[in-house]
Amino acid sequence: MAETILDARHISKEFHDPVTVKVLHDITFSINKGEFVSVIGKSGCGKSTLLYILSTMDTDYAGELLIDKELMTGRKDVELAAIRNEKIGFVFQFHYLLNEFTVLRNVMLPGLKLGRYTEQEVEHRAMERLNMLGIGHLATKSAYRVSGGEKQRVAIARALINDPHIIMGDEPTGNLDMRNSEMVFEIFKELAEVHNQTLLIVTHDPGFAERSGRIIEMEDGRIIRM
Amino acid sequence: MRSKLIFGIAKSLLLARWRQTLVAAVGVTFSIAMFITLLSFMNGLNDLLDGLILNRTPHVRLYNEIKPSENQPVNAAPGFKDSYNFISSVKAGVTRQEIYNSGPILQTIKNDPRVLGVTPRLSTQVFYNEGTIDITGVINGVDVEEEMRLFNFGDYVTEGSAIDAEQVANSIILGKGLAEILVADIGDVVQVTTAQGERFPLKVVGYFQSGIQEYDKVQSYASIATTQKLLGKPANYITDIQVKLHDLDMAPAVAKEYAQLFAIDAEDIQTANAQFDTGSSIRSLISYAVGVTLLIVAGFGIFNILNMMIYEKMDSIAILKATGFSGSDVNRIFLVIALSIGLFGGVVGLLFGLIFSVIIDNIPFNTAALPTIKTYPINYSLIFYFIGGSFALITTYFAGFFPARKASRVDPVEIIRGK
Repeated sequence: MAETILDARHISKEFHDPVTVKVLHDITFSINKGEFVSVIGKSGCGKSTLLYILSTMDTDYAGELLIDKELMTGRKDVELAAIRNEKIGFVFQFHYLLNEFTVLRNVMLPGLKLGRYTEQEVEHRAMERLNMLGIGHLATKSAYRVSGGEKQRVAIARALINDPHIIMGDEPTGNLDMRNSEMVFEIFKELAEVHNQTLLIVTHDPGFAERSGRIIEMEDGRIIRM
Repeated sequence: MRSKLIFGIAKSLLLARWRQTLVAAVGVTFSIAMFITLLSFMNGLNDLLDGLILNRTPHVRLYNEIKPSENQPVNAAPGFKDSYNFISSVKAGVTRQEIYNSGPILQTIKNDPRVLGVTPRLSTQVFYNEGTIDITGVINGVDVEEEMRLFNFGDYVTEGSAIDAEQVANSIILGKGLAEILVADIGDVVQVTTAQGERFPLKVVGYFQSGIQEYDKVQSYASIATTQKLLGKPANYITDIQVKLHDLDMAPAVAKEYAQLFAIDAEDIQTANAQFDTGSSIRSLISYAVGVTLLIVAGFGIFNILNMMIYEKMDSIAILKATGFSGSDVNRIFLVIALSIGLFGGVVGLLFGLIFSVIIDNIPFNTAALPTIKTYPINYSLIFYFIGGSFALITTYFAGFFPARKASRVDPVEIIRGK
């Protein structure tokens, strides 16, 4: 049996402001290693909210979350930050690179934070990933000087730097044109198939979802297909 | 490794907005430089004014005060010993101003390890005769050489030579103001009349200028021997013993001890010149208050700039947090930013403070009242630099504290989803 990477158990969430609205109802599912999962659903169905709970950044929920068989629920900010650093890679809809740094430095930062490798090794690993994504030539450019599609690939390289257990994406192609979306999808697909990388991608692009390994569809805070 | 990373991120954030950083740092630099300059100048001035009095004042003065006896005979009488006696119109009895047994007292004090030097003095009231007018004044008989060594007497003799008072027989050094009243040039002879009615010619060998005009209109100096001759007293007749200590702060204790030991009146410098101490400390207080205010204003500048920076860098903070930097890492990054502004601005400020002080120290400042002063006074005490430096760091720390805490509490979900 495949190894379970992420396990969500009875997760519920309410927003209290301005009135109490239950956005997630008793969500239970698990993701195995190497799966390419997309979460789809209409706007406001709670798919992004779910993603941020699964990413450990949002801690205000009921239920239990296990990543790599460890319970995340109720842990401290510092521990969760360390877990995000080591085990989770993020790709967002907007590219969120640090404009003060070069492309290479952006990719290196989470690796330096982890501190498992020396600076030279982190740099080497960052270059490997940039080259793998075909943007090695951008390494010394400032982050704000590269195009949108390139930024998203830099963000993917950054997500990969610490060999995470799972990469999470919040509409990573939502802000890209067809060609770049296609390129990003191909990268995800290759990561899943060649490198056995686990992926959990929230998207509203049905075409994107159809071609991924597994679809979780949500509606009104509930999973209706998985 | 971890701290190197945090310093690296802080440095990049700072350099990305180097103009803002510079403005903040210049604020600190300016306030520190002003703080140092202000305090150095103010304390230089304090030292100068204190020196005006304190350098010339003995730390402990021994003398016999003319006052009624505290033990009136009726208190000793067996019949009234235990009652409370009201005595009206008490008068001083036969008290002599002379210090008894002055030779051995001088010797004993000289051997005291706490004492830097001791010199006798003999003060007497006289009239200076200017034609038909008599002007009251005081002649201080001093040991000129010791007076020069201990109380900088030589500095205040602006014309003529101090040592001549010792070497020329029957000579006098007049206060500048007094000399003007008497129209006495150096080499002239002035007539003085003692309280006992003796008339005496004295040769003017110098002018004395203390910086305090009232004083210069009354006082004059002569050697002890001359003054004793004037009064018709023997060579052991002195009225004051002036003691200068190694440590000024010991004066009250030493005064008390000598008063008991020699059965004599003793006055310490702190009691005699309390008002100068008060003046100095209030001036210092004001300059510290102004300096600290400047620093706090600079602190608010840093606070504003950091706050702005945090709003600008919300995205960056969110992404740092999403990729595994904890709240305390972010907190540390912003504190490092604040402290490096403080450190850099502070060090440059200290340097500028020193430069301004040196400039002020070289501005000519000539005043008739202060013959020894040629330029504005500056006190280069390291303590101001120490206080200025630590204050720069403390204010910038607090200026960074709240913005940094705010940054550490940024919720990445809100920022990332809020787009």
